[in-house]
Amino acid sequence: MLKIKGIHKNFKSFQLKNIHLEIEKGEYFMLLGKSGSGKSLLLEILAGMQFPDAGNIILQGKDITRLDIRKRKIGLLFQDYAIFPHLNVFDNIAYAMRSAKKPGKTIRTKVYNLAEEFGISHLLKRKTQNLSGGEKQRLALARTLAMEPEILLLDEPLTSLDVQLRQGTRKLLRRINQSGQTVIHVTHDHEEAILLADKIAVIHHGSIIQSGKTREVFQKPINEFVANFTGVKNFFRVKFMKDTSGDNFLAVLNENISIKILGEPKQQTGAIVLACRDIFLSREKPDTSAVNNFKGLITEIIPAIRGYEVTLDIGFMLSVLISAESLKKLNIEQGKSIWASFKASSVKVLQ
Amino acid sequence: MIRTKTTYLIFSFLGGIILLFLVGPLVSLFLSSTPNSLFETSREPEVLRSIWLTLWTSMAGTFIFAIAAIPFAYLLARREFPLKNLVNGIIDLPIVIPHTAAGIALLGSISRDTWVGKTAEVLGIDFVGHPAGIALAMAFVSLPFLINAARDGFASVPEKLEKAAMNLGASRWRVFITISVPLAWRNILSGLIMMFARGMSEFGAVVIIAYHPMIAPVMIYERFGSFGLEYARPVAVIFILVSLIFFMILRLIAKKGSHAED
Repeated sequence: MLKIKGIHKNFKSFQLKNIHLEIEKGEYFMLLGKSGSGKSLLLEILAGMQFPDAGNIILQGKDITRLDIRKRKIGLLFQDYAIFPHLNVFDNIAYAMRSAKKPGKTIRTKVYNLAEEFGISHLLKRKTQNLSGGEKQRLALARTLAMEPEILLLDEPLTSLDVQLRQGTRKLLRRINQSGQTVIHVTHDHEEAILLADKIAVIHHGSIIQSGKTREVFQKPINEFVANFTGVKNFFRVKFMKDTSGDNFLAVLNENISIKILGEPKQQTGAIVLACRDIFLSREKPDTSAVNNFKGLITEIIPAIRGYEVTLDIGFMLSVLISAESLKKLNIEQGKSIWASFKASSVKVLQ
Repeated sequence: MIRTKTTYLIFSFLGGIILLFLVGPLVSLFLSSTPNSLFETSREPEVLRSIWLTLWTSMAGTFIFAIAAIPFAYLLARREFPLKNLVNGIIDLPIVIPHTAAGIALLGSISRDTWVGKTAEVLGIDFVGHPAGIALAMAFVSLPFLINAARDGFASVPEKLEKAAMNLGASRWRVFITISVPLAWRNILSGLIMMFARGMSEFGAVVIIAYHPMIAPVMIYERFGSFGLEYARPVAVIFILVSLIFFMILRLIAKKGSHAED
């Protein structure tokens, strides 16, 4: 549906370089990047607020690279919502339809329907200055969707909301997407990507470093930056060597700690990634097929999206994801000792 | 703490002197005019005509030039172009040059032997000695007040709101009319009031273009020159009163508008 081909944009101290992306109709696509990575700039180029120096943007087979911002049918939800402060809620929602010179009756019907859908019917006559953050966001979403965009661009829509509002907004965004709306969402928060995105692209210093299905990118980060940024917690730089038997390979973290891995690394140095959920905890040393067993101290327990994230000090810090049930069963408390074990096949080698 | 208090006391004393300097002559003017002389003067058709002429020419000049000045102010606030600083300087020029000199300059451009004058003559207008000429002279010296205020107003409108409106399919013109102007309206209105008030009080430039028909400032000067202070004073008081009433009404309207916006 949307093809971004070799987009390049030069600024005085920043460049967007050779951006290639493909987004399918109805997809929830997330652009993941740190502040200053160029992700919002890319959104502005897609929306038509800036033109690229090179490259093309193809929307449904039509080149829209230099098409006027008004004719693109790509709606942008600004990070601070950009609500028109001198118009009331109704007039804000109606703005796009009035710009398109739609009949008054159509406008009224659409505004009422959208207001109903977004739970702001009771605010239609209100001025916007006194709306809460959540109300402003729902208004901004309703206003953008009133233009019936082919693609909805979201610039950090969850950043300025508190935790409770975030949950509600996530549900709302998922619902909008499930209704068939193609969404491109820009964020710096990998958890948003986990929770919402069908596909993601990681952008860094103006370049797309990796893109693909969310699960693939998280499970197979192509380098250390992506691994760190996508929220893989257990990521270690190592040296690879054979064990004493000469049959197996070890990833050596330091002189005291080495981890057994599967297969032969191609280089002497590299990194290993260990998914939090692939590590098992037990009170006693386990007698299982897991060949990596470490005893350590529990240093931190924090609630995660699902379950708890337990951090252990086993000579290096290891994050483990467990369920609330396991936490209770194993009586896991900060300061206590516990065994962590994982299979050699769970260790992902990055080189 | 004591030092701070002393500092404020000194500043308040200095402020008091400034206020006295501004208000004193006006109060003295009012006190030295008898109610009888004010009443008699206010019934003189010549005086009433001149005050009315002053009001409407200034208002006409303000509104006619606003049509071009407001979009121009938007351009200055939003776009970068070569020699922009020079253009901004030119806009402020009428404030710094002597107004009689401004009148001479303007006369040189609109008198009958110039192409502007000749074109106007074809349309039946002779700027010299004509209300149209008076409105031009008033606008010439008071335009900076409107342009500067409107430019500051437009500059204070977040560009993001304009971009959002365009993203919602609005044309640049619609964005200007429905977003930029309403959000800059407080400054624009303030600029319109200042331009109107400044135009109304103009003497130097107007007297060069049109001694007759007489606007109020010219009439005050004429009465002072021909008959002395006694005769000029009641006209001055009445004109000041009318100006103040108009100024206050316009300020109230502007304030009401800004409250409605809040």
